[in-house]
Amino acid sequence: MSASRRLDAPPMPARAVKGIALTVICALVIIPFVGIVSTSLATREQVNAAGGFVLFPSSVTWDAYRSIFAGGVVSQAMLVSIGITVVGTAVSLVASTLLAYALSRQGSFGQKPMLMLVLLTLLFSPGMIPNYLVVKEFGLLDSYWALILPTALSGFNVIVLRSFFMGIPAELTDSARIDGAGHLRIFTNIVLPLSKAVLAVIGLFYAVGYWNAFFNALLYMNDSGKWPLQLVLRTYVVNNAELGASDLGATVDVVPPQASVQMAILVVTIVPILIVYPFLQRHFAKGVLTGAVKG
Amino acid sequence: MSHTATDPVAVRAPEARAVTGATRPPSRRHKQRWYRRLHRDRALILMAVPGMALVLGFHYLPLIGNVIAFQDYVPFLPFGSSPWVGLENFEVILNGDPAFLRALRNTLVLTLVQVVFVFPAPIALALLLNSLLSERIKRVVQSILYLPHFLSWVIVVAVFQQIVGGSGLINNTLRANGLDPISLMGNSDLFVTLLTTQVIWKDTGWATILFLAALSQIDSSLYEAASVDGASRIRQLWHVTLPGIRGLIILLLILRLGDSLTVGFEQIILQQHSVGLAASEVLDTYVYNNGIVGGQWGVSAAVGLVKGVVGVILVLGANKVAHIFGEAGVYKS
Repeated sequence: MSASRRLDAPPMPARAVKGIALTVICALVIIPFVGIVSTSLATREQVNAAGGFVLFPSSVTWDAYRSIFAGGVVSQAMLVSIGITVVGTAVSLVASTLLAYALSRQGSFGQKPMLMLVLLTLLFSPGMIPNYLVVKEFGLLDSYWALILPTALSGFNVIVLRSFFMGIPAELTDSARIDGAGHLRIFTNIVLPLSKAVLAVIGLFYAVGYWNAFFNALLYMNDSGKWPLQLVLRTYVVNNAELGASDLGATVDVVPPQASVQMAILVVTIVPILIVYPFLQRHFAKGVLTGAVKG
Repeated sequence: MSHTATDPVAVRAPEARAVTGATRPPSRRHKQRWYRRLHRDRALILMAVPGMALVLGFHYLPLIGNVIAFQDYVPFLPFGSSPWVGLENFEVILNGDPAFLRALRNTLVLTLVQVVFVFPAPIALALLLNSLLSERIKRVVQSILYLPHFLSWVIVVAVFQQIVGGSGLINNTLRANGLDPISLMGNSDLFVTLLTTQVIWKDTGWATILFLAALSQIDSSLYEAASVDGASRIRQLWHVTLPGIRGLIILLLILRLGDSLTVGFEQIILQQHSVGLAASEVLDTYVYNNGIVGGQWGVSAAVGLVKGVVGVILVLGANKVAHIFGEAGVYKS
């Protein structure tokens, strides 16, 4: 990355090869998304003509989106996913920040053993069968809490938060202590306001995790009415189950082509990630490096 | 503080009491009795309670729940009260049950293939990105290539179906041109290739982050010195760039090997039905299919437990190896 390296720019053929390589790599990522959006907006004639997957639609119809938002299976799953993501992220953030703060006060009662317990969770996981049986014993099968509580606390996130809290200058918290503030006050009035950026990052870590979670739902939710979007996506898109008018909601008069509906489901599953993506990309990269350095 | 003058007394007083009142002498001068510290830190303890409850309830309780690996688990009996059967559940491992061996072999083959093909991909991409002269192009390319990392496996598999699936883009194009469609996704011979391609598509971009960070840490005067000595760009790559990121490469490789027994569970379970168990059964899916689906709780818990224990040993062993190579491991010991 030195200045002198930049001066002797590589010869033209090498630059051309690089350019072509990067263009191809980027196209491999972008083209599928273009096709997915196109197919979701395509009319039945175009879908039939293309045999399913439309890369460039000549005309656009929103029928597929209208049908999945009409109150059927997909609408219900969207509500479930949004609910799980919002409630889960809130639970995760509250539990993680409180625990991270307690673990950041060195020398307090039980701090070392508790820190050890959290660190050890990073080393091994208990395994699928015991996890399932514990959720079952707690009576959480077919409860939305089964999609939240087992993954609510990530040891990695707690450690990242703790490292950040420990970096807050002791002068700030010490002066508050002398003024008689308790730990909860210091936490809410001093530590949290100074940690907005890291809270946003960790919050998004959790939110993306909840939104993308698929296997926990497969494991714990037998009632298909409580399925989140990822499981509906698996059933109707990956496994190609028939999605009829009755599944889409009673108000749909025109049933759009199956391929368009499938791609519309895919789009609504991807869009929330796309919305937070610019933020994710900027801060997750930093988060990964922080975790690697300090964790 | 205004109490500085009286502080020594205040500190000594409880200690004096401790010496007279306790059966064992205090190990440290300022060590307070545990209940005093508990009382002092009660607010912190309360703050830790929700998080620790989740850790204990959903990590350590299941960990203890692994005892069912030594039991003939009966679903309707209270937790832990099923009859004990010793190592009976481990017989599939000890006697080399064919289904278990198949899962083990598929897992190791997949790990090996992915170490060879997936692991170097982000290094190559990072070198390519690092050699770009324009920061703006680099940022745009990064924005595009990081995206798939944030998509769930369900989405990635669905995306792949649209491109290489039976009625996907490639096969539709073939049909439109009068050619025979080729089975790329439901083909058990190509399953390992398919999984590997998907992992590369999803995570290569994101995995460049650590390598790019390491590349930016290389002292630029090394390149200048090499350049003055007449080293070509290829030689600079070989003698400056690669040695500069060697530590990270070894570390990540060791971590990956430590994780040998874990290969994309969600990714495989989503696609298993289309290629059959012979090609796709790995240890994690074996546990799922036999335990959750098949109801052989004890046996699958035993396999899961052995996998977990061996996994920890591999990670710790790998870390030891990293130390021997003189690289900073993940866990300092």
